[in-house]
Amino acid sequence: MDYTDTIDTCEFVDSCVEPEKDTSLLLQYLIQIQYRYNFVPEDAISQLQHSLDLDVAHIKSVISFYSFLNSSFQGHYRILFSDNITDRMLGNQSLYEQLKTSLKNHKVDIGFTSCTGFCDQGPAMLVNGMAINKLDSKRITQIADLIQNNQPLELWPEGLFVKEENIQRSDIQFNSKAGDGKGIEAALENGSDAILKILNDSGLRGRGGAGFYTAKKWQFCKQAISNQHYVVCNADEGEPGTFKDRVLLSTDAHSVIEGMTICAAVIGATKGLIYLRGEYRFLVDKINEVLQKRRTEGLLGQNILGHQGFNFDIEIHLGAGAYICGEESALIESLEGKRGIPRVRPPFPVVDGYKNKPTVVNNVETFWSVSRIIVNGSHWFTRKGTPQSTGTRLLSISGDCERPGIYEYPFGTTLTEILKDCGGSDAQAVQMAGAAGTTVVPSGFDRAMSNEDLSTGGSFMVLGPQRNLMDLLQNFAQFFKHESCGFCTPCRVGTSIIADVIQRFKNAQGCEHDLKQLRDVCGLMNISCFCGLGCTVPTVFLDALNQHSQMFKDLMKTDSSTPCFNLEESVSEFKQITNPSGRGL
Amino acid sequence: MSFFNIDGQQIEFKQGQTIMQAAQDAGVYIPHLCFHPDFKAHGSCRVCIVQIKGLYRTACTTPVVESMEVININEEVQQHRLQLLEMLFIEGNHVCPSCEKSGSCTLQSVAEYCGLLSPSLTFRYPDKKVDASHADYLLDFNRCILCELCVRASKEVDKKSVFAITGRGLDARLMVNSTDGKLVNSTFDKLDRAASICPVGVILPKHQGFKTPIGQRKFDIKEINKREQD
Repeated sequence: MDYTDTIDTCEFVDSCVEPEKDTSLLLQYLIQIQYRYNFVPEDAISQLQHSLDLDVAHIKSVISFYSFLNSSFQGHYRILFSDNITDRMLGNQSLYEQLKTSLKNHKVDIGFTSCTGFCDQGPAMLVNGMAINKLDSKRITQIADLIQNNQPLELWPEGLFVKEENIQRSDIQFNSKAGDGKGIEAALENGSDAILKILNDSGLRGRGGAGFYTAKKWQFCKQAISNQHYVVCNADEGEPGTFKDRVLLSTDAHSVIEGMTICAAVIGATKGLIYLRGEYRFLVDKINEVLQKRRTEGLLGQNILGHQGFNFDIEIHLGAGAYICGEESALIESLEGKRGIPRVRPPFPVVDGYKNKPTVVNNVETFWSVSRIIVNGSHWFTRKGTPQSTGTRLLSISGDCERPGIYEYPFGTTLTEILKDCGGSDAQAVQMAGAAGTTVVPSGFDRAMSNEDLSTGGSFMVLGPQRNLMDLLQNFAQFFKHESCGFCTPCRVGTSIIADVIQRFKNAQGCEHDLKQLRDVCGLMNISCFCGLGCTVPTVFLDALNQHSQMFKDLMKTDSSTPCFNLEESVSEFKQITNPSGRGL
Repeated sequence: MSFFNIDGQQIEFKQGQTIMQAAQDAGVYIPHLCFHPDFKAHGSCRVCIVQIKGLYRTACTTPVVESMEVININEEVQQHRLQLLEMLFIEGNHVCPSCEKSGSCTLQSVAEYCGLLSPSLTFRYPDKKVDASHADYLLDFNRCILCELCVRASKEVDKKSVFAITGRGLDARLMVNSTDGKLVNSTFDKLDRAASICPVGVILPKHQGFKTPIGQRKFDIKEINKREQD
C-alpha cells in the first residue's frame, strides 16, 4: 500500500482542524498532512475544503507555493539535499549522485532544496523534513541501507540527527544572561515609555537585515489604535549562509521569548507568533517545552508575573520552504495561511499587519538582544560598536575557513580581523549578507561590518582561493529563480533570464549580448521590484560584473560567427523525439 | 486645495489618493496594466513606475504628498517601462496578428504607446493547455500577464472566486476554481465582471471572432493615453 485510504485521511484531517475552524491555520494543517502522508492527498484537500469552507483553488494554490508541500505521492522518503554554495563546496553533488545510484530501484524522492541553515556542518539534507548534517560517503551508505530496509524515520540512529551549536566567539551579549523574567519585571515596573527609551538610547536596529530602529518600530505599533496587537518573531532564517537564529532558538529560546514578552508589554499585545522556517521543524518540540516551562513559571499566559491583566501567549507557526516568507509582509500572509506574497506598502505591518491588526515583526536575534539590553541598560550596549551601529551582532560564518560557526562581533570589526579569527585569511572573497548580499574581494577586507559600511543580516561565507566565482553566481542565480514568488514582472521573469545568462557563461558560451542583458535586467530589478528581496537580487551579479569583468570575457565565445548556445544540447530534445534509438540521423 | 506636480504640470489631489488616482482624475496618462480604478492597487506589473527625487516608485501604490514632484516621462523611465513590457511579451505567447484581442488589448496598446519594437530577449514559448470547456468563453493561459484583475473581479465584484494564481516564480499561472480545474465546472458566467476585465487575450468570448474588424477596435478608435479606463 502506497498511502492510506480515504476514511483514514478524512479522520486525520478532522483531527487536525481545530473547532474554531480558523482558515489562517490552513498552511499548518497542510504541513501536518504532508508529514503524515508524504504528500497532500486529494481526499485531504476536499476534506479541508469542506471543514474550513475554502475554495479548492485556494488550497491548491497554497500547496503549489511551498516547496515542502507535494501534491502527488513520490515515495515514503523525501530526501532534499541542501544546495547552498557552501554545501556544493563540500561536495553535495557527488553525495546526491551516490544516493541516487544506491536507491535507483527504490521509490524515493531525491532532490535539492535551498540552504537548510547548517552551512557550518554541511553537506546537509532533510529527510521527510528532518535535518541530517555532516554528510559523507559513509553516511550516505548508511542512509541508503536504512531506506532499503524501509526503516521508519523514528527508528533511524539518533547519531544521524546530532546538531552542533559551534559558538566560536562570545562578546557582551553571549557573556550576559537573560530570559529569566527579570526583563519582563523591569518592563512591567518601569512602563512602556521607559522601555522604549532604553531601546531608543541603545540604538538597537533590526537584525534581519533592513536595520530599522527597533524602538521606532515598537513606538509606531504602540501608537496604532486597535483592540488587538500582535508580536511576531521572524524565525524564517532563509538567507543562504545564515544559521545564528537556529543556534539562538536551540540554546537560548528563553531570551528570545522574553524579548517577545517585553514587546507585548510595550505595545499591548496578548498574542505572539513564532514563524519558524520548515527546515527547523526539529526545534518545534524544544521551543514548545520552553513555552510550557515559562507558562508554569508565570512568565507567559495569564497575569504574567502576577501583574493583573498582563496576558500574553505564543504559538509556533511553521513555514514550508519559501525564502520570500522572510520578507515581513509575505511572512504575515503566510501566517494567515496564504501564499507568501508580499503586501502593498503602505500600510506597514506596524499599523496593518497580521489579521489586519498592528503587528511588530522582528528577527529572532533582535528579540534576543532586547532581552539583554533591558537587563543591562543601553550604555552597556552602546559602549560597543559604532555610533550608527551600536552594540554587537552575530555572524554565521561558513565556507572555506578552519573554524565555521557563530561569532559575536562589535559592529565596526574589519573583515580582515574576522577572517583571521575564523581561519580564512587566504580568502579570495567574502560573500556578505547571503545570496542577496555583496561580494567583497581582498581589496575591501579592511572594510568594516556595520550599517554604514558593509551591512549584513548575519551571513558571512568565505570563498577560498581554489573556488570558481562562476559556481557561486550559478548557485545564487538558480536559488533566486527557484525562490522568486512570481508576483511582480521584473523578479518573475528577470530571475529566469539571469539564471539562463549565467548558465551560458558557466558553459563558456557567453556573448556580448548576454553581458548587456545581464546588466539591463539587474539594473531594472534593482529599481523596480515589488519587494526588498527582489531589489537586492542583482547585487551579487553586478558586483561580479564590476569586480571580475575579465572572468566574463574569458567565458565568452570570441568568434562572433559561433552561436552563443550549445547546438548539440539545443537539438537534443528534438533528436530524442524524432529518433529515440539514436541510430542514423 | 492640495497640489503636486507630474512632469512640471500642477495637479490637484485629495488626501489619501495615490499618484495614479490623482493623475487619472486630472486626465494625465501614466502607462499601467494591473491597475484598475475599481480595485485596490495591486502593484505587480510595475509598468507605472515613476521617478520621485531620483527614486523609482509605482504610481499605483504611492500616496501623493503635497508638493511632490513626479517624473512620469523621461528617457530613463520609458526605457525601464520598455524592459518590463518586453519581459511580459517574451514570457507569454503574444501572437498579436492572429489574436482576437488585437486592437482591444491593453498590453499591445501600452507597448505601442511606449514604443516597444521587436523584443531582444529570448522568447520562452509557454505551453499551457487552452481551456475551451465552457460554452461561451475560452481561456488561453499562455497570454496571461498575472495582473490578477480577473481574480480580483471574480472575488470582489462577482463574489465567486472563479480564478486564482497557482505555482511560484516563472511557474506562477492562472487557474480555475473547480474540482477538475475546467471553466465549465466552475461558477463562471458570461455576465460576470471577470468575463470582461482581462486586459489581454486570456478570457475570450466564443462565437464572435473578428466580429469587429481590425482597425475599428477599442484602441484603434481612441488611443490608450487619450481614453478613460473602462
